[in-house]
Formats: sequence, structure tokens, C-alpha cells
Amino acid sequence: MNNFTYTPTNSAKEATRLRRETPAATYVAGATTLLDMMKVNLVEYPQLIDINELPLRGIEQTREGLRIGAMERMSDVGEHPVVVQQYPAVSESLLLAASAQLRNMASIGGNLLQRTRCGYFRDGAFPCNKRVPGSGCPAQQGDHHGLAILGTSTACLAQTYPGDLSVALAALDAVITLENAKGKQRRVPVTSFYLLPGQTPDRENILEPGELIVAVTIPAAPHAQRSTYLKVRERTSYAYALASAAVGLEVQGGTIRSARVALGGVGTIPWRSPEAEKILTGAPATDDTFRVAAAAALRGAQPREHNGYKVALAQNTLVRALQKVATP
Amino acid sequence: MNDSLSFEPPKAGSVVGQPVNRIDGLAKVTGQARYAAEYDLPGLTYAALKTSTIAKGRITRIDATAALREPGVLAVLTHENLPKMAQTPNTLAGKYAIYGMHMGYMPMTGDEIFYAAQPVAVVVADTFERATQAAALVQVTYEEARPVASYQSAQAEVFDPNGQGFVFDLKKVTRGNPQAALAASPVQVKATYVHAINHHNPMEPGATIAHWEGPDRVTVYDSTQAVAMSQQSLAVVLGLPQEQVRVITKFIGGGFGCKFNLWPHTVLATLAAKAVGRPVKLVLTRQLMFTSLGHREDQEQTITLGATQEGKLTTLIHEKTSTTSPWDIFAEPNAAILNWLYACPNYESSHRVARANVMTSTYMRAPGESPGSFAIECGLDELAAKLNLDPLEIRLRNYADLDSGTGQPWSSKGLKECYRRGAELFGWSKRSRQPGVTRDGQLLVGWGMATASYPVRPAQGRARVRLYADGHALVQTSATDLGTGTYTIITQVAADGLGLPMDRVRFELGDSTLPTAPASGSSVAAATVSSSVHLAIQDVWQRLAAMAVRDSQSPLFKAPLTDLTNEQDRLVLRKDPSKGESFAALLQRQGLTDIEGVGNSKSGEGFEADQLAFDNKPGTKQTKRSMYSFGVHFCEVKVDPDLGTVRVSRWVSVMDGGRILNPKTARSQIIGGAIMGIGSALMEATNRDEYFARYTNADLAGYHVPINADIPDMTVEFVDGHDPYVNAMGVKGIGEVAMVGSVAAVANAVYHATGKRVRSLPIIPSKVLGRDAV
Repeated sequence: MNNFTYTPTNSAKEATRLRRETPAATYVAGATTLLDMMKVNLVEYPQLIDINELPLRGIEQTREGLRIGAMERMSDVGEHPVVVQQYPAVSESLLLAASAQLRNMASIGGNLLQRTRCGYFRDGAFPCNKRVPGSGCPAQQGDHHGLAILGTSTACLAQTYPGDLSVALAALDAVITLENAKGKQRRVPVTSFYLLPGQTPDRENILEPGELIVAVTIPAAPHAQRSTYLKVRERTSYAYALASAAVGLEVQGGTIRSARVALGGVGTIPWRSPEAEKILTGAPATDDTFRVAAAAALRGAQPREHNGYKVALAQNTLVRALQKVATP
Repeated sequence: MNDSLSFEPPKAGSVVGQPVNRIDGLAKVTGQARYAAEYDLPGLTYAALKTSTIAKGRITRIDATAALREPGVLAVLTHENLPKMAQTPNTLAGKYAIYGMHMGYMPMTGDEIFYAAQPVAVVVADTFERATQAAALVQVTYEEARPVASYQSAQAEVFDPNGQGFVFDLKKVTRGNPQAALAASPVQVKATYVHAINHHNPMEPGATIAHWEGPDRVTVYDSTQAVAMSQQSLAVVLGLPQEQVRVITKFIGGGFGCKFNLWPHTVLATLAAKAVGRPVKLVLTRQLMFTSLGHREDQEQTITLGATQEGKLTTLIHEKTSTTSPWDIFAEPNAAILNWLYACPNYESSHRVARANVMTSTYMRAPGESPGSFAIECGLDELAAKLNLDPLEIRLRNYADLDSGTGQPWSSKGLKECYRRGAELFGWSKRSRQPGVTRDGQLLVGWGMATASYPVRPAQGRARVRLYADGHALVQTSATDLGTGTYTIITQVAADGLGLPMDRVRFELGDSTLPTAPASGSSVAAATVSSSVHLAIQDVWQRLAAMAVRDSQSPLFKAPLTDLTNEQDRLVLRKDPSKGESFAALLQRQGLTDIEGVGNSKSGEGFEADQLAFDNKPGTKQTKRSMYSFGVHFCEVKVDPDLGTVRVSRWVSVMDGGRILNPKTARSQIIGGAIMGIGSALMEATNRDEYFARYTNADLAGYHVPINADIPDMTVEFVDGHDPYVNAMGVKGIGEVAMVGSVAAVANAVYHATGKRVRSLPIIPSKVLGRDAV
């Protein structure tokens, strides 16, 4: 870990000003991702700007939906009664993530910015286009058993976002509120926040330099209330998803009125599937419909030698999640 | 003084055999127990390792300028300025002279790179943070060559070591005529089982504090299972007389075999301390734990079984291929267990290895027996399925009444009782013969079982017991407590032997200045240490007896020594226990504050009690016996056929480990071993990149070990019994037998649940989901 200065702040204005003065600095909240990477010198920042005291708290119902402050902790949000009752997929995605200790530390804003778990990215001895642009991607021929099959490129196979929450947020049309150094705010759907790797996997999201995540807003909807998050992994807890599905359905008289589908663990970014949603919407809520929708969701998959299993696994995960919300 | 008292099997005491709580439990949970890295010595400095980014090649340049400019940096040691060693393991002669260094290459003795993350520099600074950052600033330039990643690599040269193996000779062993027997066998099973690379991953990483107390005297606080062997090995490496090296290990946070030997980081810390003239602390990072203390090697085993229509084995043929390092020929001897586990007239085992750019693999809980049992126990399950026999029934049909390998009788074998009791506890008789038919909602349910066995390995050690006239005792030996309960069980043994309450006995271990004990490994600690303490106590009583019979004031004056025994804290006449006196009264009258006894115990083959107490009666011939612990695991899994996930839902282990000194700590040993097996079966694997020969998941986020949610409540029982032939205490050992068979029990349960045989570990969703056998 390099030497750095540590600067606590208590306003967004102050935080963004500090960041403007030192563009190489970074913000720190729960530090659960940042510290891991600093300890092995994967990232080196001259300054950490602590934003934990920023007034970016609160879980409140607004006209646009449930607004969650960026500094709320994963465990608080996951256990919040409104989240549990009206956005079960969000609650479940939070509580199935990481460990209790990490959930108590990690902030919602930080969660959206967690970095990939690809082994080549996590060890500075390997080439990695995401870490060192142009150095190569050993995962293409090497260990990609756990890596993505959707949205990949010849430059990168990694899940830019390896976690759970953004998958649920992507499914439920959540919007991220960002604030820049001038105090100006803009709103970006989660589905537009992350960038596909293409040939520039080092560019992971649309954040401008110094821009802060201040809140996440999830619209209320019948399909949000009838939603779930299903996560498949190699051990029962404290592991990243091999495949996951966040789904929400509004079913009336056996017919699906609206559907929301996103996949985790299989895409380089949280993978919203309009293809699956199109098939589901207006169709009978039956296993046959779900299977057709799952096949559509994975149609664009490009598995490699060691992760072909993810096609069937993601389809089955999606079917299972849809079955769960179809029969309340 | 063999004429009285000695070698009597210990009596059933008041605390031995009781589920006593750990006496060090409170110290551990309150942070009072000091581990190797927790000695705050004056002037302590901190070392950080710089390791190679390549797996093969040569260092062309090391630039330490930037590192040395950092504040607080005391030294940057490289192969160019590391203090000289008197001996290295780099030659075979050196390796044998050092004895305790498992790996035949000491890093930083030259510019060559043989494996990924090989240490290339040690940076010492006044704080941990400064040392680690300065290490990051050391610039190393390499000339890179293409490494070989494993025996499976296209460039790998696989060869038969033909008896050249280190520690295990890896000779081809043939008994009977295995090939002819196979040709004549009406039923045959041939299958290849693949074992992933496993890492021990104890909670406490490798950690060393080295303190030179003079130019030729060093104390090393080290997390090692083997205090005495470390001391001896370090002395040879440093060129010091053995008594000038002191090794201290009061507590260990798990070892599982990776802390059995002396590894390079301990030597580097010691040399760094010499270079800077101050105590140096070196703690391995979790990432470095994957390339510093060995691992269980990547390997595959092909097993060929021949059998009769009734399921009786006619032949066993075992071939293993595995990866070894550039310098050593090391492989776990998997086949050995096949030679004794079941009755079989014909047997053959052979090994093949390939060198790759990896560090030398090492002992990991039941080295050989655990992966070997995975092959034979799954193979037998496949044979049972082929013959439509119950898996337990086929094991009973092949039950070995004698050791097939040697023809010797067993010292004791409670396996049939383990089978019976285990099956009863599990409800095994209700198992469906057909696989893939039992459901619990969307889940498939499967039951599997496997036999466990592990040798009572020969070992010897010494202990000293000092009994004070005030009714307290001090018991000392250089043994180590891996966290398994050695402190507790030995205190129980001493308390019973001396007739004292446990809180009057202080048991010290983990210091090379104490009487020499064997390494805690190979499941010898409980057996050897308890026996040496028992014998030291016998020695104390003998000395007291000799004193009493010469003391005219004693009620035992002039009594023949052989008529005496002890009851609690009193020395008494065997025939009339009312006649006698307490040791306190005797010592006080003699004007002694204390009395001391020493015990030297042997366990396993050659144990003197075997000869003296049982077989050496005039006119009888001594019988050699095969000495093993035995047991059985029963496992229930639930498999999600759509998602490929496997979860263990029930577990029963019943073990015959000879005398069980403390059923509570023993139960923890058994569940710990079984959980390690569940991990190995379902999730543990270190992945080595084929091109770079470097691990891609070298941390605890990437290398999955079971967490609480993966493990159900487990039922453990013991078939308790004193084995008179193994050692003075009748203890056979349980640390490793606990893991043997557990992997296969899970794999067999997965087969029973799904009808699909997964022969490649770990059994992860990608393998369960595919249609074909893997």
C-alpha cells in the first residue's frame, strides 16, 4: 500500500472540490473493495477523500419511487421493511451478497462501483487490459470458468460488476443520481451506467471525473413488489454468483402484464434482457413461457471452452426465479 | 527401573475420557494466547517479501534505489546480499543434512526463477507499512522463459520416478499377480479420478519473529507444527550448534501439514534479522500462503478393480500421475491405503510424475490416504453399483481380518462396530438401491458412505514431570498444539496420573528448550505426548517408591517395589491400599521441595510395551501387528438438478481411534476433518494458469473453503477402546483418519442422488449440470 493523505469531508461540495484539486485522488466510503486493492498495490491513490459523513443518507418514498442515499449501508437497506416488502429482489440481492461484516461496512454507492473478481485483474503479475490497457487478456485462453458469456469482447471477459445489487436495480428500472463538482445533478438509469468492455475495458462506467453517486431511486411498480433475486454459487454463502437472476412479474388472471428480467454473473455488466421481457409480456405465466424467455435471454451468449455450462445454468436460474414469482 | 509400575495401561481416571472444555479456550477468545507474530520485542522491525511475477526465467537486475530512499527502510536483501547460509537444501546432500526443509531449493540463493511468486527480495523497515510499500518499490527486471504448469501440460515430461521419490520412495509395488487376476475376474471396474490442487489455508498464516540474542544465538518465534525439527534444521542452515537455536511456538492457528516443515520464509526472516541486527517479524499475506508452504498436488489416479460376481475383490491396480517441482520428486503415496483397507490377494501400485514450475507440494491432512481413499472408496461404490450391491455390504464382503499387505494381525480393529453403529445412526438400511430416484421437492437426495483408515505411525518423544510437595505439578515437552486440544488432553492425563485436580497441573509446550517431542503431524501427537507424560509420571512414582521403601518412617518401609502402586496422590501397597502415604508427606519428610521424572515414549511399531507387557512372556514369540485407526463416514446430499448445486444435509462419522482422551476435542477433530473433506469434494481448488503457471484465485474470495452455511449438524461417535499394542496410553490418533473417506462419502452421495458419477474434484455446478460423466 502506498502512502496517501486521508481527508474526511462532510459535504458533497467539499468532496468534489478536493477531488478537482487532486484529480488522482479517490473517494472512500466503506472501503471494502478499495482497501483490498490498495493492500496489494493494484491501485495507488495519493489521497483518499472520506465521504462517509456526507449527508447522503435516508431511505424514503418519493414520487419517483424509493430513494436510497448513497451512504446507506447494504445491511440497513437490505433489512429495511419497505425494501423487504415492496422491492424483495433488491432486499434479497443485498442480503445474499458478501458477508454480514462486509454488508455492515459497504455503502450502496460503493457497491455499484465494486471491481471485477477476475483473477487476472486481481493479481498485478498478470497482463490485464482492464488494469493495464493494451497488456492483453489471458482469460481468453486461460481460466474463464467463472467469467462472462454475454457482452464480452476479445479484450475482456470479466464481469465489470461482479455483485448482486445492480442486477436487481437494473431489472427494476432504478436510476442513479450523480452530482458533479459544480453541484449539478444528473440522473442515469442503472442500465446505462455500466459500459460494455469493447476494446476499452478500463472504462467501466459513465462517471465523469470527480462525479459522486448521491442516491439510487427505484420506481414503485407491481412487478417490483412481486420480484425476487436468485443466486447460484459454489458455496452457500460468501461467494460471487456463477449465475443469478433478478425478475419481477405482474400477473393477472394467469397472464403476464409486465415483466422485468436481469441476469448477473453471466454478463460483463448487469444484463437486462428485453428479449426475455418481450416474450413474457402478454404471455401465460407457464413453465413453457419461462423456458422460451430464458432461451431468448441467452441467445446472444458466447461461451468459451470452460464456461459453456453457464448457458444452461443461467437459463435454469431464470426459469426458477420466474417460477417463484409466478406462484406467490 | 523396569521392575515395577511401568508400562501398566493407565487406569480409567476421573478426567481422562471426559469431555473437558479446552483449558486454553478463555485465553484464546480473550486474545491472551500469544501466537508467533504477537511477541512485541524491543526494537522489533518488519519484513515484507517481494516475489517474482514470472514462473520461470532469470533476474537480470534488481533496483532497490527507490525502496532504500523510503523513510524507515533498514535493508533490501536480495540474492546478491543475503547473509550466507552454512547449508542449503539445493543439493541432495544439503537437503538430507538439513532434514526438515521439505523443498529442495532455497529462494534467493541465485538469480534463477523456478516458480511464480518465488521470493526475490526481503525488505526490512521500522514499520509494517513502510516495509510493504518499500517492497512494492523494488524494481525487478526478468528474462522470462516459458514455464510448465502441470503434468497435464503439453510440454510436460511424465516419468516413472522408480524409487527416487523424496520422503515417499514411489516404488512400484506388486503383490500376487494382479494382471493375471484381472484377466480372470468376471467383473471389472476401471476409472480415473482427478484431484484439484488444494491449499491448507489455516486461519493463522505462516509467521516468524527472529531475534538474534547474540552473534551466534537466535530465538525464533515461528508458527510451526515441529519445534524440535525446526530447531535442528535451522541450526544446520545457520551453521550453529543446535542448542544455540531456540524455537518457540506456544499457539498455532491451524496447520494441516503446511507448517510441518521448515519453509524458506522462516529462514529468510532469520537471515534478515541477522542482517539488520534487530528482531524481524515476517508474516505471510494470505496471497503468499498459496506459494510459501506447499499444497496438495494436482493429480489423477486410475484404479482398476477385479472382482467376483459376489463382489469379492480379486485384484487392485492403482496408477497415479501428479505434478512435482523442478528439484524434488514428491508425491503423496495414495496407493498405500489400498494395500491394507480391504482383503485382496493381488495388488499393484505405480507412480508417474512430471516436473513443472511450481513449488514442491507437501503433506496435507492424511497425505496419500485421503486422495487414495477417494479413488478406492469411489471405485468400490462403482463396483457395488455394477453388481447391484449395497455399498456397505460390499465393504463387509471385503472386510480385511488381516492386513493384506503384510499378512499381519491388527493391533485392534473396531471397523465392523463403526459400520454397524454408523449405519444405525444414519438409517442406512432405508437407502434406495436405485440412484437418482429420491426427491425432496425439486432436490435430488443421495446417500453415500466410505471407510476411513490411517496408520499409527511410529514416533517417539520425551516429557518431564516435576511434582512439587505443595501438590502442584509442572509438565513439559516441546510438542505443539495445533489448536486441536493438546494442552487440554495432556493436562487431563497428567492430572489423573498424579492424582491431582487439573488446575494444579501446569502443562508447558512449544519450546525447543523443553524435552524433545515429535512434530505434531501424522496423527502422532496425542499418542506420543500422552504416553511420554504417562511414562514420566510412572518414573516419578517409581522414584517416590524407591524413596519410601528405604525410609524407615514410611508405612511402606522395606516393602518390595513390585508390591507398590499409586492411588490418586498416594503411594500404597497393591494388596492393602489402606497402607501407604501421600507423595506430599513423603517429599516433606525427605526435605525435598519437588521430584522430577522423565518419560520417553514410543508409539507405533517398536513400542516397548508391546514387547514387555504382552508378547515377551518366556516361551512366546513376539507377533508383529499392523496398527491403524479406522472409521466410517455416512453422508446425505441434496442436489439441485437444474442449478447443479450440492449441499450436504446430514453427516454421521463413527471412529475407532483407540483410547479417546477427550470426546469433546476429539469430536472437533472429526468434524474438522470431515468438513475439510466436504470442502475438497465440493469447492476447494486452486487454479493454475496454463500459460503463466501462476494461480488465478490465490485468496480466500477465490479459493472457497466451506462456511457454516455449507455444513449441517454432524453426528460423531467413537468406538472407544484401549489398544494395548500401540503405545502406553492405547491412543491410535484421530487427526487424519477424520478426513480419510470423507471426500468419497460426498462423491458417492452425489452419484446416488443424480445417477451421474463425477470423478473430478471439486464437484461444482458446472460438472453436475453437464450430461456426461466428468
